[in-house]
Amino acid sequence: MSTILDIRNLTRTHGQGKQAVHALRSVDLSVEAGELVAVMGPSGSGKSTLLTCAGGLDQPTAGEVLVDGNDLTTLSRNAVAALRRRRIGYVFQDFNLIPALTAAENVALPLELDGTRTRAARKYAEAALQEVAIDELADRFPEDMSGGQRQRVAIARAIVGERRLLLADEPTGALDSDTGETVLQLLRDRCDQHGIAGVLVTHDARHAAWADRVVYLRDGVLVGQSGPLPEADALLQESH
Amino acid sequence: MSIKHGLLALLREDPKYGYQLRGEFEAATGATWPLNIGQVYTTLTRLERDGLVRPASGEGDGDGRSLYEITDDGRAELARWFDTPVTRESRPRDELAIKLALALAVPGVDVSAVVQRQRMSTMRSLQELTRLKRGNRDGDISWQLVLESMIFAAEAEIRWLDHCESMLLRHRAAGGTTPAASRAGTTPAAGRAGTTPAAHRTNDVPEEQAKR
Repeated sequence: MSTILDIRNLTRTHGQGKQAVHALRSVDLSVEAGELVAVMGPSGSGKSTLLTCAGGLDQPTAGEVLVDGNDLTTLSRNAVAALRRRRIGYVFQDFNLIPALTAAENVALPLELDGTRTRAARKYAEAALQEVAIDELADRFPEDMSGGQRQRVAIARAIVGERRLLLADEPTGALDSDTGETVLQLLRDRCDQHGIAGVLVTHDARHAAWADRVVYLRDGVLVGQSGPLPEADALLQESH
Repeated sequence: MSIKHGLLALLREDPKYGYQLRGEFEAATGATWPLNIGQVYTTLTRLERDGLVRPASGEGDGDGRSLYEITDDGRAELARWFDTPVTRESRPRDELAIKLALALAVPGVDVSAVVQRQRMSTMRSLQELTRLKRGNRDGDISWQLVLESMIFAAEAEIRWLDHCESMLLRHRAAGGTTPAASRAGTTPAAGRAGTTPAAHRTNDVPEEQAKR
Protein backbone atom coordinates (compact mmCIF):
# COMPACT_ATOMS: atom_id res chain seq x y z
CA MET A 1 0.00 0.00 0.00
CA SER A 2 1.16 3.49 -0.64
CA THR A 3 0.96 6.36 1.77
CA ILE A 4 -1.01 9.26 0.30
CA LEU A 5 -0.99 11.62 3.25
CA ASP A 6 1.93 11.72 5.66
CA ILE A 7 1.83 14.32 8.41
CA ARG A 8 4.91 14.49 10.60
CA ASN A 9 5.37 16.44 13.76
CA LEU A 10 2.79 18.98 12.68
CA THR A 11 2.54 22.04 14.88
CA ARG A 12 0.34 25.05 14.30
CA THR A 13 0.48 28.01 16.62
CA HIS A 14 -1.59 31.15 16.27
CA GLY A 15 -0.15 34.33 17.77
CA GLN A 16 3.01 34.66 19.83
CA GLY A 17 4.30 34.81 23.37
CA LYS A 18 1.67 34.77 26.08
CA GLN A 19 -1.15 35.11 23.58
CA ALA A 20 -0.03 32.07 21.60
CA VAL A 21 -2.71 29.51 20.93
CA HIS A 22 -1.46 26.04 20.16
CA ALA A 23 -3.95 24.62 17.69
CA LEU A 24 -1.83 21.53 16.99
CA ARG A 25 1.20 20.14 18.78
CA SER A 26 3.49 17.58 17.15
CA VAL A 27 0.78 15.60 15.44
CA ASP A 28 1.76 12.56 13.36
CA LEU A 29 -0.76 10.97 11.05
CA SER A 30 -0.45 8.95 7.90
CA VAL A 31 -3.22 7.74 5.65
CA GLU A 32 -2.80 4.98 3.08
CA ALA A 33 -4.45 4.68 -0.29
CA GLY A 34 -7.91 3.18 0.21
CA GLU A 35 -8.02 4.08 3.87
CA LEU A 36 -10.61 6.28 5.56
CA VAL A 37 -9.52 7.92 8.82
CA ALA A 38 -11.91 9.82 11.07
CA VAL A 39 -10.70 12.64 13.29
CA MET A 40 -12.73 13.29 16.44
CA GLY A 41 -12.40 15.58 19.40
CA PRO A 42 -14.18 18.36 21.25
CA SER A 43 -14.65 21.83 19.75
CA GLY A 44 -11.37 23.67 19.56
CA SER A 45 -9.29 20.49 19.73
CA GLY A 46 -7.64 21.20 16.37
CA LYS A 47 -9.64 18.92 14.07
CA SER A 48 -10.31 21.48 11.38
CA THR A 49 -6.82 22.94 11.58
CA LEU A 50 -5.44 19.48 10.93
CA LEU A 51 -7.60 19.22 7.85
CA THR A 52 -6.74 22.66 6.46
CA CYS A 53 -3.03 21.96 6.95
CA ALA A 54 -3.43 18.57 5.23
CA GLY A 55 -5.03 20.30 2.28
CA GLY A 56 -2.52 23.12 1.98
CA LEU A 57 -5.08 25.74 2.96
CA ASP A 58 -3.15 26.64 6.07
CA GLN A 59 0.60 26.81 6.62
CA PRO A 60 1.88 24.89 9.66
CA THR A 61 4.24 26.51 12.15
CA ALA A 62 6.45 23.42 12.10
CA GLY A 63 6.45 19.91 10.71
CA GLU A 64 5.86 18.31 7.34
CA VAL A 65 2.77 17.58 5.30
CA LEU A 66 3.41 15.15 2.45
CA VAL A 67 0.71 14.55 -0.12
CA ASP A 68 1.63 11.86 -2.60
CA GLY A 69 5.25 12.45 -1.63
CA ASN A 70 5.20 16.24 -2.07
CA ASP A 71 5.90 18.29 1.03
CA LEU A 72 3.36 21.12 1.03
CA THR A 73 5.43 23.11 3.49
CA THR A 74 8.36 23.48 1.09
CA LEU A 75 6.48 23.91 -2.20
CA SER A 76 5.82 27.33 -3.67
CA ARG A 77 2.38 28.82 -3.27
CA ASN A 78 1.59 28.10 -6.91
CA ALA A 79 2.78 24.55 -6.70
CA VAL A 80 0.59 23.96 -3.64
CA ALA A 81 -2.38 25.47 -5.46
CA ALA A 82 -1.78 23.19 -8.45
CA LEU A 83 -1.51 20.14 -6.22
CA ARG A 84 -4.73 21.14 -4.52
CA ARG A 85 -6.56 21.42 -7.81
CA ARG A 86 -5.32 18.09 -9.11
CA ARG A 87 -4.86 15.78 -6.20
CA ILE A 88 -6.92 17.00 -3.26
CA GLY A 89 -10.68 17.19 -2.92
CA TYR A 90 -12.62 18.96 -0.16
CA VAL A 91 -16.10 18.43 1.16
CA PHE A 92 -17.46 20.99 3.61
CA GLN A 93 -20.44 21.03 5.92
CA ASP A 94 -22.14 23.85 4.02
CA PHE A 95 -21.28 22.39 0.60
CA ASN A 96 -19.69 25.59 -0.76
CA LEU A 97 -21.24 25.29 -4.20
CA ILE A 98 -21.37 28.32 -6.45
CA PRO A 99 -25.06 29.27 -6.75
CA ALA A 100 -24.75 30.73 -10.27
CA LEU A 101 -23.32 27.50 -11.69
CA THR A 102 -25.14 24.27 -12.46
CA ALA A 103 -24.16 21.00 -10.78
CA ALA A 104 -21.99 19.98 -13.73
CA GLU A 105 -20.34 23.42 -13.93
CA ASN A 106 -19.59 23.35 -10.21
CA VAL A 107 -17.96 19.95 -10.55
CA ALA A 108 -16.02 20.93 -13.69
CA LEU A 109 -14.73 24.16 -12.16
CA PRO A 110 -11.54 22.89 -10.50
CA LEU A 111 -10.54 21.16 -13.74
CA GLU A 112 -11.19 24.25 -15.82
CA LEU A 113 -9.21 26.36 -13.39
CA ASP A 114 -6.41 23.90 -13.93
CA GLY A 115 -6.51 24.39 -17.70
CA THR A 116 -8.65 21.47 -18.82
CA ARG A 117 -10.77 22.42 -21.83
CA THR A 118 -14.45 23.02 -21.19
CA ARG A 119 -15.70 20.05 -23.14
CA ALA A 120 -13.27 17.59 -21.52
CA ALA A 121 -13.97 19.06 -18.09
CA ARG A 122 -17.70 18.59 -18.68
CA LYS A 123 -17.09 14.92 -19.50
CA TYR A 124 -15.15 14.35 -16.30
CA ALA A 125 -17.84 16.20 -14.37
CA GLU A 126 -20.57 14.01 -15.79
CA ALA A 127 -18.62 10.89 -14.90
CA ALA A 128 -18.15 12.14 -11.33
CA LEU A 129 -21.85 12.98 -11.01
CA GLN A 130 -22.67 9.53 -12.26
CA GLU A 131 -20.49 8.02 -9.59
CA VAL A 132 -22.48 9.75 -6.90
CA ALA A 133 -25.70 8.74 -8.68
CA ILE A 134 -27.07 12.16 -9.58
CA ASP A 135 -26.06 12.46 -13.23
CA GLU A 136 -29.67 13.36 -14.06
CA LEU A 137 -29.26 16.57 -12.06
CA ALA A 138 -26.25 17.80 -14.05
CA ASP A 139 -27.97 20.92 -15.34
CA ARG A 140 -29.72 21.89 -12.16
CA PHE A 141 -28.69 24.83 -9.97
CA PRO A 142 -27.87 24.26 -6.29
CA GLU A 143 -30.95 26.12 -5.07
CA ASP A 144 -33.15 23.59 -6.87
CA MET A 145 -31.61 20.65 -5.03
CA SER A 146 -32.07 19.09 -1.59
CA GLY A 147 -29.28 19.19 0.99
CA GLY A 148 -28.36 15.60 0.28
CA GLN A 149 -28.18 16.25 -3.45
CA ARG A 150 -26.01 19.32 -2.95
CA GLN A 151 -23.63 17.33 -0.80
CA ARG A 152 -23.42 14.73 -3.57
CA VAL A 153 -22.49 17.47 -6.01
CA ALA A 154 -19.83 18.66 -3.56
CA ILE A 155 -18.48 15.12 -3.30
CA ALA A 156 -18.47 14.78 -7.09
CA ARG A 157 -16.46 18.01 -7.25
CA ALA A 158 -14.07 16.63 -4.65
CA ILE A 159 -13.43 13.42 -6.59
CA VAL A 160 -13.49 14.70 -10.17
CA GLY A 161 -10.42 13.88 -12.23
CA GLU A 162 -7.59 12.08 -10.50
CA ARG A 163 -7.83 12.98 -6.86
CA ARG A 164 -5.82 10.97 -4.38
CA LEU A 165 -6.82 12.66 -1.15
CA LEU A 166 -10.35 13.45 -0.03
CA LEU A 167 -10.74 15.78 2.96
CA ALA A 168 -14.17 16.13 4.52
CA ASP A 169 -14.98 18.60 7.30
CA GLU A 170 -18.27 17.65 9.01
CA PRO A 171 -19.76 16.65 5.65
CA THR A 172 -22.94 15.39 7.30
CA GLY A 173 -23.40 18.31 9.68
CA ALA A 174 -26.20 19.93 7.68
CA LEU A 175 -27.96 16.69 6.74
CA ASP A 176 -30.53 14.51 8.45
CA SER A 177 -29.17 11.24 9.75
CA ASP A 178 -30.39 9.02 6.90
CA THR A 179 -28.95 11.30 4.24
CA GLY A 180 -25.81 11.55 6.33
CA GLU A 181 -25.41 7.78 6.22
CA THR A 182 -25.66 7.71 2.44
CA VAL A 183 -22.99 10.39 2.22
CA LEU A 184 -20.71 8.26 4.40
CA GLN A 185 -21.48 5.26 2.27
CA LEU A 186 -20.34 7.27 -0.73
CA LEU A 187 -17.10 8.41 0.92
CA ARG A 188 -16.44 4.88 2.08
CA ASP A 189 -16.99 3.47 -1.43
CA ARG A 190 -14.62 6.04 -2.90
CA CYS A 191 -11.87 4.83 -0.61
CA ASP A 192 -12.66 1.13 -1.02
CA GLN A 193 -13.09 1.08 -4.76
CA HIS A 194 -10.82 3.82 -6.04
CA GLY A 195 -7.93 3.75 -3.64
CA ILE A 196 -8.49 7.31 -2.49
CA ALA A 197 -7.20 8.25 0.96
CA GLY A 198 -9.91 9.92 3.02
CA VAL A 199 -9.82 12.06 6.15
CA LEU A 200 -13.15 12.76 7.79
CA VAL A 201 -13.56 15.31 10.57
CA THR A 202 -16.69 14.70 12.60
CA HIS A 203 -18.03 15.08 16.12
CA ASP A 204 -20.49 12.28 15.49
CA ALA A 205 -19.32 8.87 16.69
CA ARG A 206 -21.88 7.10 14.52
CA HIS A 207 -20.33 8.66 11.44
CA ALA A 208 -16.74 8.26 12.57
CA ALA A 209 -17.46 4.55 12.91
CA TRP A 210 -17.48 4.22 9.11
CA ALA A 211 -13.73 4.83 9.12
CA ASP A 212 -10.96 2.23 9.21
CA ARG A 213 -9.30 4.18 11.98
CA VAL A 214 -10.51 6.82 14.37
CA VAL A 215 -8.05 9.25 15.91
CA TYR A 216 -8.93 11.51 18.80
CA LEU A 217 -7.56 15.01 19.33
CA ARG A 218 -7.64 17.00 22.53
CA ASP A 219 -6.07 20.44 22.91
CA GLY A 220 -4.14 19.94 19.69
CA VAL A 221 -2.61 16.64 20.77
CA LEU A 222 -3.42 13.21 19.41
CA VAL A 223 -4.55 11.34 22.51
CA GLY A 224 -6.09 8.18 21.16
CA GLN A 225 -6.49 5.96 18.21
CA SER A 226 -8.76 3.02 17.46
CA GLY A 227 -8.39 0.40 14.78
CA PRO A 228 -7.43 -1.08 12.41
CA LEU A 229 -10.17 -3.59 12.88
CA PRO A 230 -9.83 -7.32 13.47
CA GLU A 231 -11.81 -9.80 11.45
CA ALA A 232 -15.57 -9.41 11.66
CA ASP A 233 -16.12 -12.85 13.23
CA ALA A 234 -14.21 -11.86 16.34
CA LEU A 235 -17.01 -9.48 17.33
CA LEU A 236 -19.54 -12.24 17.64
CA GLN A 237 -17.33 -14.20 20.00
CA GLU A 238 -16.63 -11.17 22.15
CA SER A 239 -20.17 -10.18 22.95
CA HIS A 240 -20.42 -12.61 25.85
CA MET B 1 -35.13 -10.19 27.74
CA SER B 2 -35.34 -13.82 28.55
CA ILE B 3 -34.62 -16.92 26.58
CA LYS B 4 -37.98 -18.10 27.82
CA HIS B 5 -39.93 -15.49 25.89
CA GLY B 6 -37.70 -15.88 22.88
CA LEU B 7 -38.51 -19.58 22.68
CA LEU B 8 -42.24 -18.94 23.18
CA ALA B 9 -42.13 -16.46 20.29
CA LEU B 10 -40.46 -19.01 18.02
CA LEU B 11 -43.05 -21.65 18.94
CA ARG B 12 -45.98 -19.39 18.20
CA GLU B 13 -46.43 -20.48 14.59
CA ASP B 14 -45.72 -24.18 14.80
CA PRO B 15 -44.17 -26.86 17.03
CA LYS B 16 -40.40 -27.22 16.93
CA TYR B 17 -37.52 -29.33 18.18
CA GLY B 18 -35.00 -27.95 20.64
CA TYR B 19 -32.14 -27.84 18.15
CA GLN B 20 -34.41 -26.02 15.69
CA LEU B 21 -35.25 -23.44 18.34
CA ARG B 22 -31.61 -22.87 19.02
CA GLY B 23 -30.83 -22.27 15.35
CA GLU B 24 -33.79 -19.97 14.83
CA PHE B 25 -33.07 -18.00 17.99
CA GLU B 26 -29.53 -17.31 16.84
CA ALA B 27 -30.66 -16.43 13.34
CA ALA B 28 -33.27 -13.99 14.64
CA THR B 29 -30.81 -12.20 16.92
CA GLY B 30 -27.99 -12.21 14.40
CA ALA B 31 -25.97 -14.58 16.54
CA THR B 32 -25.37 -11.79 19.06
CA TRP B 33 -26.79 -14.07 21.67
CA PRO B 34 -25.36 -17.53 21.22
CA LEU B 35 -27.28 -20.23 23.07
CA ASN B 36 -26.04 -23.67 23.91
CA ILE B 37 -28.37 -26.56 23.47
CA GLY B 38 -28.36 -27.23 27.21
CA GLN B 39 -29.84 -23.78 27.89
CA VAL B 40 -32.56 -24.48 25.35
CA TYR B 41 -33.57 -27.77 26.95
CA THR B 42 -33.39 -26.42 30.51
CA THR B 43 -35.64 -23.55 29.48
CA LEU B 44 -38.06 -25.87 27.72
CA THR B 45 -38.26 -28.05 30.83
CA ARG B 46 -39.12 -25.02 32.92
CA LEU B 47 -41.66 -23.79 30.39
CA GLU B 48 -43.26 -27.22 30.42
CA ARG B 49 -43.34 -27.25 34.23
CA ASP B 50 -45.14 -23.87 34.16
CA GLY B 51 -47.63 -25.11 31.58
CA LEU B 52 -46.49 -22.73 28.85
CA VAL B 53 -45.35 -25.41 26.40
CA ARG B 54 -45.98 -29.15 26.11
CA PRO B 55 -44.56 -31.99 24.05
CA ALA B 56 -46.48 -32.16 20.77
CA SER B 57 -48.63 -35.30 20.77
CA GLY B 58 -46.06 -38.03 21.08
CA GLU B 59 -43.96 -37.10 18.07
CA GLY B 60 -40.24 -37.55 18.10
CA ASP B 61 -37.61 -37.18 15.43
CA GLY B 62 -36.55 -40.78 15.78
CA ASP B 63 -33.55 -39.94 17.97
CA GLY B 64 -35.73 -39.58 21.02
CA ARG B 65 -35.89 -35.79 20.77
CA SER B 66 -39.34 -34.41 21.19
CA LEU B 67 -41.27 -31.73 19.43
CA TYR B 68 -42.61 -28.89 21.58
CA GLU B 69 -45.72 -26.79 21.09
CA ILE B 70 -46.98 -23.67 22.80
CA THR B 71 -50.06 -23.85 25.10
CA ASP B 72 -52.82 -21.26 25.47
CA ASP B 73 -51.18 -20.07 28.68
CA GLY B 74 -47.95 -19.78 26.73
CA ARG B 75 -49.63 -17.61 24.09
CA ALA B 76 -51.08 -15.39 26.81
CA GLU B 77 -47.64 -15.03 28.42
CA LEU B 78 -46.07 -14.19 25.06
CA ALA B 79 -48.73 -11.57 24.32
CA ARG B 80 -48.16 -10.04 27.75
CA TRP B 81 -44.41 -9.89 27.07
CA PHE B 82 -44.83 -8.14 23.73
CA ASP B 83 -47.30 -5.71 25.32
CA THR B 84 -45.05 -4.74 28.23
CA PRO B 85 -42.20 -2.26 27.70
CA VAL B 86 -38.80 -3.33 28.95
CA THR B 87 -37.94 -1.28 32.02
CA ARG B 88 -34.42 0.00 32.43
CA GLU B 89 -34.40 -1.20 36.04
CA SER B 90 -34.86 -4.78 34.92
CA ARG B 91 -31.51 -4.81 33.15
CA PRO B 92 -28.21 -5.72 34.73
CA ARG B 93 -26.17 -3.21 36.68
CA ASP B 94 -23.86 -1.03 34.79
CA GLU B 95 -20.21 -1.65 35.45
CA LEU B 96 -18.94 1.39 33.57
CA ALA B 97 -21.00 3.92 35.52
CA ILE B 98 -19.90 2.29 38.75
CA LYS B 99 -16.29 2.26 37.60
CA LEU B 100 -16.33 5.99 36.83
CA ALA B 101 -18.09 6.84 40.06
CA LEU B 102 -15.45 4.90 41.95
CA ALA B 103 -12.61 6.39 39.91
CA LEU B 104 -13.83 9.79 41.09
CA ALA B 105 -14.23 8.69 44.66
CA VAL B 106 -10.86 6.99 45.04
CA PRO B 107 -7.79 9.27 45.16
CA GLY B 108 -5.00 8.70 42.68
CA VAL B 109 -7.05 7.47 39.74
CA ASP B 110 -6.68 9.39 36.46
CA VAL B 111 -10.35 9.66 35.58
CA SER B 112 -9.68 11.35 32.23
CA ALA B 113 -7.50 8.44 31.21
CA VAL B 114 -10.21 5.98 32.22
CA VAL B 115 -12.71 7.94 30.12
CA GLN B 116 -10.37 8.14 27.14
CA ARG B 117 -9.55 4.43 27.18
CA GLN B 118 -13.22 3.57 27.38
CA ARG B 119 -14.05 5.97 24.57
CA MET B 120 -11.55 4.39 22.20
CA SER B 121 -12.66 0.91 23.15
CA THR B 122 -16.33 1.71 22.59
CA MET B 123 -15.42 3.50 19.37
CA ARG B 124 -13.77 0.37 18.18
CA SER B 125 -16.88 -1.68 18.90
CA LEU B 126 -18.91 0.92 17.06
CA GLN B 127 -16.60 0.60 14.05
CA GLU B 128 -16.99 -3.16 14.11
CA LEU B 129 -20.77 -2.92 14.34
CA THR B 130 -20.80 -0.44 11.47
CA ARG B 131 -18.75 -2.80 9.38
CA LEU B 132 -21.24 -5.59 10.07
CA LYS B 133 -24.02 -3.21 9.09
CA ARG B 134 -22.27 -2.41 5.82
CA GLY B 135 -21.92 -6.13 5.14
CA ASN B 136 -25.66 -6.53 5.59
CA ARG B 137 -26.71 -3.74 3.24
CA ASP B 138 -29.41 -5.68 1.42
CA GLY B 139 -29.75 -8.28 4.08
CA ASP B 140 -31.74 -9.59 6.93
CA ILE B 141 -33.98 -7.01 8.61
CA SER B 142 -34.00 -8.72 12.05
CA TRP B 143 -30.24 -8.70 12.11
CA GLN B 144 -30.20 -5.09 10.95
CA LEU B 145 -32.50 -4.15 13.80
CA VAL B 146 -30.36 -5.86 16.42
CA LEU B 147 -27.25 -4.23 14.96
CA GLU B 148 -28.84 -0.79 15.01
CA SER B 149 -29.79 -1.29 18.63
CA MET B 150 -26.16 -1.99 19.49
CA ILE B 151 -24.98 0.91 17.34
CA PHE B 152 -27.30 3.35 19.09
CA ALA B 153 -26.22 2.00 22.48
CA ALA B 154 -22.52 2.37 21.67
CA GLU B 155 -23.12 5.85 20.29
CA ALA B 156 -25.00 6.82 23.45
CA GLU B 157 -22.15 5.56 25.57
CA ILE B 158 -19.63 7.67 23.67
CA ARG B 159 -21.84 10.74 24.00
CA TRP B 160 -22.22 10.05 27.68
CA LEU B 161 -18.42 9.78 28.05
CA ASP B 162 -17.99 13.12 26.23
CA HIS B 163 -20.53 14.59 28.60
CA CYS B 164 -18.75 13.16 31.67
CA GLU B 165 -15.47 14.58 30.47
CA SER B 166 -16.77 18.11 30.01
CA MET B 167 -18.65 17.90 33.30
CA LEU B 168 -15.42 16.93 35.03
CA LEU B 169 -13.52 19.79 33.43
CA ARG B 170 -16.14 22.31 34.50
CA HIS B 171 -16.20 20.82 37.94
CA ARG B 172 -12.42 21.12 38.30
CA ALA B 173 -12.37 24.61 36.83
CA ALA B 174 -14.86 25.64 39.47
CA GLY B 175 -12.52 24.30 42.14
CA GLY B 176 -14.74 21.33 42.82
CA THR B 177 -13.69 18.38 44.89
CA THR B 178 -14.34 14.75 44.28
CA PRO B 179 -17.27 13.07 45.96
CA ALA B 180 -14.90 11.27 48.30
CA ALA B 181 -14.37 14.60 49.97
CA SER B 182 -17.63 16.43 49.34
CA ARG B 183 -20.16 13.63 49.35
CA ALA B 184 -22.46 12.73 46.49
CA GLY B 185 -24.18 14.74 43.86
CA THR B 186 -21.22 15.33 41.57
CA THR B 187 -20.35 11.97 40.15
CA PRO B 188 -21.38 11.37 36.58
CA ALA B 189 -24.83 10.00 36.17
CA ALA B 190 -25.22 6.38 35.32
CA GLY B 191 -26.84 5.46 32.05
CA ARG B 192 -24.42 3.32 30.28
CA ALA B 193 -25.42 1.86 27.04
CA GLY B 194 -22.92 -0.79 26.22
CA THR B 195 -22.13 -2.55 23.03
CA THR B 196 -24.10 -5.45 24.29
CA PRO B 197 -27.65 -4.28 24.74
CA ALA B 198 -27.27 -3.75 28.45
CA ALA B 199 -27.14 -1.01 30.87
CA HIS B 200 -28.88 1.72 32.69
CA ARG B 201 -28.82 3.24 36.07
CA THR B 202 -27.88 1.34 39.12
CA ASN B 203 -28.92 1.26 42.71
CA ASP B 204 -25.37 1.86 43.74
CA VAL B 205 -25.36 5.58 43.08
CA PRO B 206 -27.52 8.03 44.97
CA GLU B 207 -30.89 8.90 43.41
CA GLU B 208 -29.93 12.42 42.52
CA GLN B 209 -27.05 11.24 40.40
CA ALA B 210 -29.18 8.85 38.46
CA LYS B 211 -30.98 11.72 36.77
CA ARG B 212 -29.39 12.64 33.52
